[in-house]
Amino acid sequence: MKKKTSLYNLHKKHNAKLVEFAGYEMPIQYKDGIIQEHKFTRSNCGIFDVSHMGQLFIYGKENLTKDLENIFPIDLKKLNLNQSKYSFLMDENACIYDDLIITKISEGYLIILNAACKEDDLRIIKKKLNNKYDLQLKEDLSLIALQGPEAKNILERKVEGVSKLKFMNGGNFKFSDITIFITRSGYTGEDGFEISIKNNYAEKFVEEMLSNGSKMIGLGARDTLRMEAGLCLYGNDIDKNTTPIEANLKWAISKNRIDTDYPGSEIIKKQIQSGVEKIRVGIKPENRVIARGNTKIFSNDDKEIGKITSGTFGPSVDHSIAMGYVHKQYSNLNTRLFLEVRGKKIPANVCNLPFYKKNYAKGELNV
Amino acid sequence: MSDVKYSKEHEWLKLDGDIATIGITKHATEMLGDIVFAELPEKGSIVEKDGTAGVVESTKAASDVYTPISGEVIDANQAIVEDPSKINADPEGEAWFFKLKIKDIKELDTLMNKDEYDKFAKESSQ
Repeated sequence: MKKKTSLYNLHKKHNAKLVEFAGYEMPIQYKDGIIQEHKFTRSNCGIFDVSHMGQLFIYGKENLTKDLENIFPIDLKKLNLNQSKYSFLMDENACIYDDLIITKISEGYLIILNAACKEDDLRIIKKKLNNKYDLQLKEDLSLIALQGPEAKNILERKVEGVSKLKFMNGGNFKFSDITIFITRSGYTGEDGFEISIKNNYAEKFVEEMLSNGSKMIGLGARDTLRMEAGLCLYGNDIDKNTTPIEANLKWAISKNRIDTDYPGSEIIKKQIQSGVEKIRVGIKPENRVIARGNTKIFSNDDKEIGKITSGTFGPSVDHSIAMGYVHKQYSNLNTRLFLEVRGKKIPANVCNLPFYKKNYAKGELNV
Repeated sequence: MSDVKYSKEHEWLKLDGDIATIGITKHATEMLGDIVFAELPEKGSIVEKDGTAGVVESTKAASDVYTPISGEVIDANQAIVEDPSKINADPEGEAWFFKLKIKDIKELDTLMNKDEYDKFAKESSQ
């Protein structure tokens, strides 16, 4: 039985094409299609239903901070109230079980988890905390993302004060007669917000955003947007066979945690010191051919040197884009590679991530 | 128009003497979504009925294009390679894929007329 989010009826009303994603019936696109939805988000404001993602609340005081630092490679003590950080749940080999956003809230912590991983994550975290704390994976809350340059104006009209939030910070706000929790964050490379709201208010909230000029955007455009922004998708670009260092996400490991203990800490330290064999890079094919996940990557002298993990056509950069893992020696900028698509070797080059870089005054293309 | 035929792989074929113009149907483009890449058979190549004769890719996935009949490719529409969005805009007109010199006119008998295809498309998308 496929699960439905609280916005299911609204998706139907907006002629969504529904697909199964992580056990949920989710909109892949609406009637405008992926390219229009993508471009609308970059120029205006898109609404994304991300209620399938896990919202894990862990309640506790100082001891909880200490105990969570034994799980996550970040400096939680330095996290301010309502501040968020990107992190990972890893095993002893520093392989990634999930990537997540952790936010300090007054009662403890809120962790946003990937839909496909959330039940496993809950089990793992609970066990690592020795059942000492109250953990709640909330099913009565929806999660809605508002993304794009107009998001702050559209949201501010209904939720006063929200446009003062700084990136990766959040807070409680009034909407109608309830309190909602909003963080300034997202997964599109745009300015935007993620709103945690009671299920029975989600539809009303979205309707108000729609009547203020935003549009519903499906998972298809969410994928092309995040790829242009160079962001990883768990299950594609990072998984149980990759470490954060291999994934080129070293920035997410807090500097003063490198010498301390957490699952996989020894391997992370070693990989930071002596490097990794394979590393995630941005890759741009020289023509319009799309190299999708699992496409083999070859060197200039025809050695197989890696695999593509995500690839699509980037509507805002107007080019085929991809990312994947290559042997370290082939990871330098502008290294010429070949991608095997339908039996042909397509020339490509290692390039900088992100493909699309937002300059908050105006959009800037990094192609 | 009675001289347009359709295949179960959602290609259309328009006959002009012994030359067939082939493309993909509007229904196919609606199923595929935004097309961002097209690959066509080379001029002079010989294609066999129901064999692969090109590729289209949407933002979501790649799909093969099949030829509904056999023949020699005498022209390919480079305009859709340069701007694949034309395929979504006018799939059964301006955005034809390739032209064939037909090998065996009898192969046309296996194809559907418009009414048959519309019914088939409706049923297959349910």
